[in-house]
Amino acid sequence: MILYICNELSTYLLIAALMFSMGVFGIIHRQTLIGMLISSELILSGASINFMAFNRFLAPDPVVGQVFTLFIMAIAAAEAAIALSIILAVYRNYKSIDVDDMVELKG
Amino acid sequence: MIDNAGLFTAEGLAGLVFLVVIAATLLGAFITIYAKRLIHSVSGLAISFIGVAGIYYYLYSPFVAFMEMLIYVGAVCVTIAFAIMLAEPTSRERTEARGPVTAVMGILVGSVIFWGLASLASNTPWMAAGKRITNGSIGAVGNSLLTTYSMVFELVSVVLIVAIIGSLVLARPGRGR
Repeated sequence: MILYICNELSTYLLIAALMFSMGVFGIIHRQTLIGMLISSELILSGASINFMAFNRFLAPDPVVGQVFTLFIMAIAAAEAAIALSIILAVYRNYKSIDVDDMVELKG
Repeated sequence: MIDNAGLFTAEGLAGLVFLVVIAATLLGAFITIYAKRLIHSVSGLAISFIGVAGIYYYLYSPFVAFMEMLIYVGAVCVTIAFAIMLAEPTSRERTEARGPVTAVMGILVGSVIFWGLASLASNTPWMAAGKRITNGSIGAVGNSLLTTYSMVFELVSVVLIVAIIGSLVLARPGRGR
């Protein structure tokens, strides 16, 4: 019965896998640095959903997954801040955030 | 198993809301990776994060759901929107996709990863914990944050302050240009 899938572990694992692979697709396919950063946020969300699902269904101590997810959130916020300031610095130098324009380091 | 399997019971309505939450999550993620303009992409990301907060609520973690709304929807998405306003060149109309080669490559890699994770998730005989040590409430989370994980907690605050100072240092020079 489709109305009771919120009590199945595999539902959450499938959602997390789908978000993770969508994020990987986005990182490969997006043209700009900000688009790639947004896709990496999707990957982090998928990982967090996995942690929370195992925390709810399998963990003997259901605090660990929540604490880990909170730490993932903090690290993701720090990562987004640093990445955005790097993107702003790149934009000032190249007048572009397109990954195909930044080829000075290409061998 | 629940015997009263109607739609208009409490469990049935909760399941319906859960379907809406899943739809918001996946639709938001789809908008995020397929939108042509970056600001639409960030909007999709915000929708997806709202859905993820709902999923956390269904996983018995209302505190984490609240923090998800506060940090991701309230802070990270708004920061990315500001960065888009500062950095997206609006003069030339541009497409966000990189071309058919990367699209095929991305779909290939993404579907391989999804297939691997999904088959792993459905074929593994997961063993549930015999007995719960804590009940996973907000009080238990706070207790373990300030006792067991207090060192990590402090280190996260150090990381955040380094990130603040570092992003200021990185974004500060060249403002006059």
